[in-house]
Amino acid sequence: MAEYINTFLFGIYPYIAIFVMIVGSILRYDQNPYSWKADSSQLLHSKGLRLGNNLFHIGILLLFIGHFVGLLTPHWVYEPFISAGQKQILAMSAGGLFGSMAFVGMSILIWRRTTQDRVRATTKFMDMAILLILFVQLILGMLTIPVSAKHLDGSSMIALAEWAQHIVTFRGGAADFIMDEALIFKLHIFLGLTIFLIFPFTRLVHMVSAPLKYLLRSGYQVVRKR
Amino acid sequence: MTIRAQIGMVLNLDKCIGCHTCSITCKNVWTSRGGVEYAWFNNVESKPGVGYPRNWEDQSEWKGGWELSKSGKLKPKIGGKLGVLSNIFANPDLPLIDDYYEPFTYEYDHLKTSKESKTVPTARMKSAITGKFKEKPDWGVNWEEILGGEFEKRSKDYNFDQIQKDIYGEFENTFMMYLPRLCEHCLNPACVASCPSGAIYKREEDGIVLIDQDKCRGWRMCVSGCPYKKIYFNWQSGKSEKCTFCYPRIEAGEPTVCSETCVGRIRYLGVLLYDADKIEEAASAREETDLYQSQCDLFLDPHDPEVIEQALADGVPQSWIEGAQNSPVYKMAMEWKIAFPLHPEYRTLPMVWYVPPLSPVQQASEAGLLETDGVLPDVRSLRIPNKYLANMLTAGDEEPIISALERMMAMRNYMRGKSVDGVENTRILEQVGMSKDEMDDMYQLMAIANYEDRFVIPSNHREYAGDGPFDADIAFATRSECGFSFGDGCNTGSPAKTNLFGTQTHANTMSGKPRKSSGDQ
Repeated sequence: MAEYINTFLFGIYPYIAIFVMIVGSILRYDQNPYSWKADSSQLLHSKGLRLGNNLFHIGILLLFIGHFVGLLTPHWVYEPFISAGQKQILAMSAGGLFGSMAFVGMSILIWRRTTQDRVRATTKFMDMAILLILFVQLILGMLTIPVSAKHLDGSSMIALAEWAQHIVTFRGGAADFIMDEALIFKLHIFLGLTIFLIFPFTRLVHMVSAPLKYLLRSGYQVVRKR
Repeated sequence: MTIRAQIGMVLNLDKCIGCHTCSITCKNVWTSRGGVEYAWFNNVESKPGVGYPRNWEDQSEWKGGWELSKSGKLKPKIGGKLGVLSNIFANPDLPLIDDYYEPFTYEYDHLKTSKESKTVPTARMKSAITGKFKEKPDWGVNWEEILGGEFEKRSKDYNFDQIQKDIYGEFENTFMMYLPRLCEHCLNPACVASCPSGAIYKREEDGIVLIDQDKCRGWRMCVSGCPYKKIYFNWQSGKSEKCTFCYPRIEAGEPTVCSETCVGRIRYLGVLLYDADKIEEAASAREETDLYQSQCDLFLDPHDPEVIEQALADGVPQSWIEGAQNSPVYKMAMEWKIAFPLHPEYRTLPMVWYVPPLSPVQQASEAGLLETDGVLPDVRSLRIPNKYLANMLTAGDEEPIISALERMMAMRNYMRGKSVDGVENTRILEQVGMSKDEMDDMYQLMAIANYEDRFVIPSNHREYAGDGPFDADIAFATRSECGFSFGDGCNTGSPAKTNLFGTQTHANTMSGKPRKSSGDQ
């Protein structure tokens, strides 16, 4: 039974989550482009936002990039330069640093959203839900650091990376890599996949529209022809 | 040279009576929806005063418009592209809604539902955002109406720059004027430049600046970029909205709602032809006082055969060239030089221009006679300081303002002589350098101000939008389009319904029923 659940949660659920994320996002962008926005509340309340929002965004973006690179870079690519143990320590310290930034930032944002009248009044259910889910996920992630510290040989890290790489390359047996890992890793991964799943139904979609194209615009002006 | 055409506007402040009809009709048409109760695409300010939003003119506070870098390159004052993106998580130059005012409604329902009591029930004020009671309003779009409030506060007005302002706080020396404001539909718009999504654009055919509501991601940088603070962030829908120059009306050859309903007949609409290749150069003039002239240099003479030829080659329709030739805006701005851009020092090359107001001659009653400058009263002795108007309209250069005021004063004196005394005093005309015909023309346009003279608007040639002039699909595709909606087509009238991707929260809060908030009520 445990194996069955393990296979479902870490072998099948990832595909469901990613499928819903991609198809859901496409449908939303196509059907309801008006709803695709950052939904800033700065106009109503700006106190603490500059510190909180910058810390949160920068912290979480770096964490995201760190996970992406860390999980999906094959072992043989970094092997000549850095051992698995060293990479684990790098991941733990970078994750600890950026995680702390995001933690402080989110604490400020949650304070704003729960106690400040104007922000609270304009908060939609999903705004609050995603904020709290991300906060729990962040705490789970931070809690993996002491667990990792007990074995610094990089073996857990390699197992998790193997899992991720098997998933994205559609190889069977991905869930087996997770089976014997600590519960905290499993919770963190499960909640992470759930965030993928609910992505299209939250304001998170604005990250897809990060306006990097702005840097490529020639000049500043935009003129549309009839 | 690439010639483009734009519908420009002139407001004759000499005739503005500050009735706010423009603001109200605009509000009813465009901003009567949820989230933009606080927004006035058109508002009328009493000057001197700090205006709406508070102190909007002072770009040392708000960082709107453009500045020249050390190398003389034009760059938004809020920062270049990297600077804008680095502030995207928290914009340090965004006004708070309290700088406009917290929108509110009254608890009208209480009047009907309250139980019998010794005192008359009242409709108390409620914040439209939180739904909580508020004791009283503390700031608003029109807070300083007719010099309301202390001079101390109003004198923070940016246009008092380099003026010994203390005497204007005295009752005997006070002065006042109205300033109706709307989006300037600039030639070099800073909002467009600062929009990271590329959602704001200028229309090539008529110069109207619009926000693509489906493309706007609510990064709110445009609100800071615009030095006139004429982009408003809808706090319910999270999208920026702005004056549309009533483009559906303009396309049909009709004036904007604010112009149509102006009871003082102070608004003029007409075509201007300009050289689109020289915009950046014009906006980059070294000295701020050169910007008025450099913008004038952009405008092309619609009677010049070479200009006409080039304009046709660049796709300007013949009817628009004819419109430019009869344009009241061109006459006032370029031929008579009596209209000026609002704050040219922002370097946005604004396209809503203003005729400065005349005012009573200072201390005339005391002295018993008017100071005269030749045959006309000296405009330097007018109650509104020339420097104040110059700070508003020509980046501080008084000469063009004085010349304009003299011409307007000359028009009055000349026409009074002609129609009351039956004498045509040509000395007046000589003094201001105008011919008889020009003066008659100016009188016709400024004083009589017939509808068809004020609004010379060629209709938009939608047929040019298609593959060929008979591409009927173009007309049918755009017919019966909705105005501002919350992304739900024309169905905003139906009960708010939640769909899978978001909550429909865009409730109109002006009915006396604030939105249900998730907080305590």
